[in-house]
Amino acid sequence: MENYYTEVPELKHHLNNPMMQRICELKEREYRDKDEFDYAPLDYNDAMDSYDRILAITGEITGEVVAPNAEGVDEEGPHCENGRVEYASGTKRNLDAMVKAGLNGMTMPRRFGGLNFPITPYTMCAEIVAAADAGFGNIWSLQDCIETLYEFGNEEQHSRFIPRICAGETMSMDLTEPDAGSDLQSVMLKATFDEEANCWRLNGVKRFITNGDAQLHLVLARSEEGTRDGRGLSMFIYDKNEGGVDVRRIEHKLGIHGSPTCELVYKNAKAELCGDRKLGLIKYVMALMNGARLGIAAQSVGLSQAAYNEGLAYAKDRKQFGKAIIEFPAVYDMLATMKAKLDAGRSLLYQTSRYVDIYKALDDISRERKLTPEERQEQKKYAKLADSFTPLSKGMNSEYANQNAYDCIQIHGGSGFMMEYACQRIYRDARITSIYEGTTQLQTVAAIRYVTNGSYMQTIREFETVECSEEMKPLLDRVKAMADKLDACANKIKEAANQDLLDIVARRLVEMSADIIMSHLIIQDATRNAELFTKSAVVYVNYAEAEVEKHNKFIENFEVEDMENYKK
Amino acid sequence: MSLKIVVLAKQVPDTRNVGKDAMNADGTINRAALPAIFNPEDLNALEQALRLKDTHPGSTVTILTMGPGRAAEIIREGLYRGADNGYLLTDRAFAGADTLATSYAIATAIKRINNCDIIIGGRQAIDGDTAQVGPQVAEKLGLSQITYTEEIISVDEATRRITAKRHIDGGVEIVEGPLPIVLTVNGSAAECRPRNAKLVQKYKRALGSQEKAAITKEGAELPYADLYEKRPYLNIAEWSVADVCGDIQECGLSGSPTKVKKIENIIFQAKENKTLTSSDDEMEGLIVELLANHTIG
Repeated sequence: MENYYTEVPELKHHLNNPMMQRICELKEREYRDKDEFDYAPLDYNDAMDSYDRILAITGEITGEVVAPNAEGVDEEGPHCENGRVEYASGTKRNLDAMVKAGLNGMTMPRRFGGLNFPITPYTMCAEIVAAADAGFGNIWSLQDCIETLYEFGNEEQHSRFIPRICAGETMSMDLTEPDAGSDLQSVMLKATFDEEANCWRLNGVKRFITNGDAQLHLVLARSEEGTRDGRGLSMFIYDKNEGGVDVRRIEHKLGIHGSPTCELVYKNAKAELCGDRKLGLIKYVMALMNGARLGIAAQSVGLSQAAYNEGLAYAKDRKQFGKAIIEFPAVYDMLATMKAKLDAGRSLLYQTSRYVDIYKALDDISRERKLTPEERQEQKKYAKLADSFTPLSKGMNSEYANQNAYDCIQIHGGSGFMMEYACQRIYRDARITSIYEGTTQLQTVAAIRYVTNGSYMQTIREFETVECSEEMKPLLDRVKAMADKLDACANKIKEAANQDLLDIVARRLVEMSADIIMSHLIIQDATRNAELFTKSAVVYVNYAEAEVEKHNKFIENFEVEDMENYKK
Repeated sequence: MSLKIVVLAKQVPDTRNVGKDAMNADGTINRAALPAIFNPEDLNALEQALRLKDTHPGSTVTILTMGPGRAAEIIREGLYRGADNGYLLTDRAFAGADTLATSYAIATAIKRINNCDIIIGGRQAIDGDTAQVGPQVAEKLGLSQITYTEEIISVDEATRRITAKRHIDGGVEIVEGPLPIVLTVNGSAAECRPRNAKLVQKYKRALGSQEKAAITKEGAELPYADLYEKRPYLNIAEWSVADVCGDIQECGLSGSPTKVKKIENIIFQAKENKTLTSSDDEMEGLIVELLANHTIG
């Protein structure tokens, strides 16, 4: 592909979603920057035109630089020497191109050198980059950690650190440790206050840190001596220029080879507190993780797109029994299902990012002035939607990326098992997406409360009233019936009032909710753009309906006594 | 002290991906079938200019191009990457120019820009492949020239000397010359940097007067019309023959002694093939043969 944006018209469709008007208005504060910055938008249309152009630049760099480098980066990988990481040569060229194009600190306000991009077009850029090289996608998109520093750091920290990220320095979030992976409450990296030097000092080890030799780190550490849970943890900013953190080694991984996963040793490293003490995990890391989860959802959609592209190209090219294999129902069924999952998953991703955009923009406004009661209500509504949609988007898209990568190899047959084709790299790269930033099982833990408290059902019932085209009405009726089944399943489990029972069927309930929500979103897409989405809407609803029925049968037949058979 | 750099750039039909419909029946280029692009080696030249601007603060990079009104696109593309301004030489009298008339027009424009330190362009354009315009401009201005430049190594502003690496047969050479100077840049030089997000937003509405006229021709309003007064950098300067005090006889068709006699379509066909064994003798024989007919080396 020459341009990863202009050649995927679905992206522009999502960019042009009607909600963008409100998002731009809030993010641009009625376009007040136009007199101060010569690159600020003059109005809504001008802002949208700029997003479109910058997405095209990202798509072009991705097509001309990142994609051709991907194979070399995968083979070469980064190296660790004298405690420092040396990126693969292709990674350096990728980063250089992105920095020269000014695609760093994209969401930050202009006064710090940013582009003041909403999360939605920024997330599109992340998807585009990941479609070409998911590993490089990590290094580049870790820039969104700056959101957390912007939200919780003080003004003096803003002016010192944010311009550096906008100028192209990279970031990392140092959370996990050898004994603290999913369970971040057990983080032990020690933070002590050095009275003499009037600064914090960090000591200990962090493990599995993506881009661990970044210039700027956000670090979760135990600042309250004697504590053992999340309430003793604070968040710190470590600046590599200060020294004190070395990379002990880079992990050898199945995939995302371009992205250095590091073990870090902190030796009396000077650091500064970000925000308030003790809120590190319970407030700041939760915000950080929500942003990162959206990022992984975008990476997953990018990988799904890449898998689909490779599968489609091969199926058109490969001839067996005298014709291209795409002519065979068994193959086009796979491809159509891949495309449907890609389209439905992407709809969910950008619906989520738009919710995040509105509530974050209102949050930011509230730091300047008091919100009106209507704005406060709007903020609350979208914060809740963003919180409930983020785990769905991350969970489902990462699973779809894996499924699509699997089918991509299947379409390639024996050739797909060889190392010559890109599909093997996509398959290896996709595997991590359903693990890091919270496994699919942990996304379920985050999402299940929105099944039991009725939030998803409320959203689904609201979606049922959204106007849809005549062509889509029969599909909509089927999706309504799917919701009734979800309702019945959720009620059955709630009535049983058994936590273990809820936990064991939680993933099924969450997936049913996601299947129904994505069905609605793809129907809405096909209503707005029949040419682009009708086929995917039909294929996806066929698929989702069968999925919902599968889970429905399972839950309908499942008895509490069955649980014994599942235990070791 | 800073440098005043002029980049010579040309809008050309993209001849790199030629399809069946690339030529008209009469043997001329079917411009509608080939998108207009920034001549690739001129982009290499622009990168060298921008690197000088990076290392010599206060320097200016000016894009100079010649063509119809829509060639203002080349100047916008330059601005998106870091150029400071540009001039579009555009006049019916410039049309139909061969390399002699083109270099005449460009040389007069460079005189009008005045006090240039470095004039830099691509080695050649992909539509004509002559590689004559750069050297002719240097001759007309009485300046030194470095052709086939791969990299500008340094510019010493005190001694006003430039050091550059040139691509030559079988290797490179380092040469030095006095400012002001004309350089032509080889395609093997560093690729041009991408468009910059902020600059694209700043300059995306920059238009030449012919482009503005084309928008308003059908009675349509120029979008954001008041902006062009508030932000003068959005008006791309257009120069006619008179603006550069050119002699109309030296320009365009009348200034072009080159006449196209005939255009021939050539279809490449493999005429012969050879099968060799893997013996050292046969390999050596092949290498000698390929060297002799200049296929390699």
